[in-house]
Amino acid sequence: MIYRETGQFKTTYASDQQLFPILQDRVFVIGFLAFAFVAVPFLASDYLFRAILTPFLILSLAALGLNILVGYCGQLSLGTGGFMAVGAYAAYNLAVRIPSLNLIVVFVLAGLCATVVGALFGIPSLRIKGFYLAVTTLAAQFFLDWLFSRVGWFTNDSSSGSVAAPPLAIFGHPIQGPVEKYLFVLSIVSVFALLAKNLTRGAIGRTWMATRDMDVAAEVIGIRPLYAKLTAFAVSSFYVGVAGALWGFVYLGGWEPLAFDVNRSFELLFMVIIGGLGSILGSFLGAAFIVILPIALNRLPAALGIPLSTATVSELELMVFGGLIVFFLIAEPRGLARLWAVGKEKLRLWPFPH
Amino acid sequence: MNLRELEPGEVRRAVGAPILALEAISLAFGGVKALSDVSFDVLEHEIRAIIGPNGAGKSSLLNVINGVYRPQQGRITFRGEARTHMEPHRAAAMGIARTFQSLALFKGMTVLDNILAGRNLMMRSGLLLQALRVGPALAEEIRHRRRVEEIIDFLEIQHVRKTVVGRLPYGLQKRVDLGRALAAEPAVLLLDEPMAGMNIEEKQDMSRFILDVNGEFGTTIVLIEHDMGVVMDLSDRVVVLDYGKKIADGAPDAVRSSQAVIDAYLGVKH
Amino acid sequence: MSASARNLTIAFFALLAAGAVSPMLFQGVRFPQWLEIVIGGLMSGVLYSLVALGLVLIFKASGVFNFAQGAMVLFAALALVKLMAHMPFAVALALVLALMVALAWLVERLVLRPLVNQEGIVLFMATLGIAYFLNGLGQFVWGADVYTLDVGMPKEPKIILDKFFEGGILVSSEDVIAAIIAGLLVAALAFFFQRTSTGRALRAVADDHQAAQSIGIPLNRIWVIVWSVAGLVALVAGVVWGSKLGVQFSLQLIALKALPVVILGGFTSIPGAIVGGLLIGLGEKLSEVYLGPLLGGGIENWFAYVLALVFLLFRPEGLFGEKIIDRV
Repeated sequence: MIYRETGQFKTTYASDQQLFPILQDRVFVIGFLAFAFVAVPFLASDYLFRAILTPFLILSLAALGLNILVGYCGQLSLGTGGFMAVGAYAAYNLAVRIPSLNLIVVFVLAGLCATVVGALFGIPSLRIKGFYLAVTTLAAQFFLDWLFSRVGWFTNDSSSGSVAAPPLAIFGHPIQGPVEKYLFVLSIVSVFALLAKNLTRGAIGRTWMATRDMDVAAEVIGIRPLYAKLTAFAVSSFYVGVAGALWGFVYLGGWEPLAFDVNRSFELLFMVIIGGLGSILGSFLGAAFIVILPIALNRLPAALGIPLSTATVSELELMVFGGLIVFFLIAEPRGLARLWAVGKEKLRLWPFPH
Repeated sequence: MNLRELEPGEVRRAVGAPILALEAISLAFGGVKALSDVSFDVLEHEIRAIIGPNGAGKSSLLNVINGVYRPQQGRITFRGEARTHMEPHRAAAMGIARTFQSLALFKGMTVLDNILAGRNLMMRSGLLLQALRVGPALAEEIRHRRRVEEIIDFLEIQHVRKTVVGRLPYGLQKRVDLGRALAAEPAVLLLDEPMAGMNIEEKQDMSRFILDVNGEFGTTIVLIEHDMGVVMDLSDRVVVLDYGKKIADGAPDAVRSSQAVIDAYLGVKH
Repeated sequence: MSASARNLTIAFFALLAAGAVSPMLFQGVRFPQWLEIVIGGLMSGVLYSLVALGLVLIFKASGVFNFAQGAMVLFAALALVKLMAHMPFAVALALVLALMVALAWLVERLVLRPLVNQEGIVLFMATLGIAYFLNGLGQFVWGADVYTLDVGMPKEPKIILDKFFEGGILVSSEDVIAAIIAGLLVAALAFFFQRTSTGRALRAVADDHQAAQSIGIPLNRIWVIVWSVAGLVALVAGVVWGSKLGVQFSLQLIALKALPVVILGGFTSIPGAIVGGLLIGLGEKLSEVYLGPLLGGGIENWFAYVLALVFLLFRPEGLFGEKIIDRV
């Protein structure tokens, strides 16, 4: 009843192609964004910002990047952690060595560094496909791990191997405190999400999806595989690099190479698959799932009144996490985004059954 | 099924000079010879059929024309430029489009997106403009959408334009395949068994589409087909292949009565 | 193999051989020393092959890339160590084997069967989930400490060939025995696959699930068998590696090394797993000893992967893998 499209006719292609053609969707999204920007800063606790909202947003950005590569273009990558590291270390070096640079410029340049590295490691994708490609991206991951821990220049010759990000300030206004950090990250992620949505529904998005679905046929209609795959790696790495820089600067404050290791790569891949391959919304849903789950699992024994040692809790967490992944993949292999889409379909019919 | 009111042998549109010529094409996969010394030409604006028993090498021939396979020997001349082999995206850029026997559609995309993908070569906006979706990028999207909608109207698939292609029945998928090829506004259209799996009505529709494309846009058509009725009615000239060799080449009636062709189809011992 | 691919592969191996002998030419390394390192590398290569074999088996038979193989190695080794505290080695071994078969049955029932028609990437992620689960379970039941596994492997190094080379060549007897065990297992598996009817059924399943089903091959039973065999392989690998390195969490990271082995050899090839393992083991050892000091150490973390990556550029389907042909 609420979600009916009757009466909403489109008379121009422009209006048919708009981001949210259904009025109810537009209202919902604008309302949601208003809530996120205006209401949440007053409603949420510091803990919520620090432990859930900010990391969720940054990881969503990285998941978005990975989804472009894996979900839209079909190139499996397990090196995402390494590309995040490139963004983080590039931002660090830029900020520390050229302190006069604007923070936004630092992040964009860091993203571009990640773009170059990502495109470089993407070159093998022209010859190598599928799982073979996934394992070769691990070469990128482990090599970058080693590079950042061995070559002192990247860490400004820090003896411990860890670095601390300089304090954040934009246009003279410092960004401290959880609410400001949250709003900063929210703004960046909103813009990036919109750009990603535009890319995926434009010509390049079709190029990526065609390459994913059948690359031989794509070539026959004139799509050059080199262009399609490298642009996917490049755009994806840009997003992942910026996310890495944000992760290091805004969320962690300081980090060592382990912050971007192969576990991070797997974590992001989980987000993308559980959230939904080839879906912008899915990247967010998957990130939310993976961020909230460990916290919920951690809190659960205490909430249920069962006393368990921290070691036991973390072991059980692992078991439940693994089990839930499998369960989820069985229940909805197309991810949370698919569940959302099915829900909307049902809502269109509600309160009628069919 | 006679769609043309013209006399047999009379072509409906003035054909031009040869737009495509194959000379002495030989193609082998390992020890298997798919094509042996095949030569023929295609005149501009004509409808050329390639027929022959199963396994004669017809699809391989189309694959050679648009660069999916590289022949070991021979030359391909397109619009006066001779080369030893084609490359798929070069063929597309030069104006050759094709459909596939196995419907190489992008199963995860909608009908609209599939056909829009066919216009990929004409989309010029850079990545950044596409990301911002303003100005030239937006105008381009709308302009191409308009053309694609015309093709959708032409093929009568408006009702499924937003459906994911993987969910459509076979007959509609075939039209999407054709639509994607047409979207590129090609000079030469290669059709690989466009009537396969269709009933009489669907064949009449498809034949009408093919004739309209050739008549209205002047597109040269090369088609592989098994239905002899369709071949005789639609095509201006026919090439017959058997075991990778050309055994006949000429007007439909001449080919139909050629002894070599009859033998090939009836399976006379070689 | 096409002529150009063959030439490229030969070029790759020529380069590799040149790199392998360069320490003798440029760093003044004597032959006996070099031979020791080569033998050592080949030995550890055999151990990599052992883990890779489990991966190849499962991929061959069910088309799944089993990321949990490493976790299975650790799990088997942990179970063995703990059980050996209460009973003789042979009994403990039999019990753990039974445990791995039970695990195989559970995995087939709870994970593989519900996911039977899904894409490869979904199955891969499912095995990742299994890996996490096994890690948690193993630690929960048996604790997360480091354990020594003593199965009676000889620990003293032996000197061989002292008649030919002054001072002889030092080899680790443990490695030699491990290599022999691995070799026997590989031979047994190769025989099983090629000569028995179950092996044939497994190969049919690997080719085409639906076709195999339609001629009456019980898919589910096959999968339990395959995962049990992989479990056995994991157990042997766990014993061998655990005896050498101790049973600890990092044991499963060794299994991560099996990945470049598998892609070098080709996902679907048993001889590929062996040859790939030898190549990776050799390459890694040589690079660690001779390249490491030049680059600052720690290269063994990525060398195997980069080696596999470079090889794949020459031959994208691996040494013995099947070429993927796209037909349109």
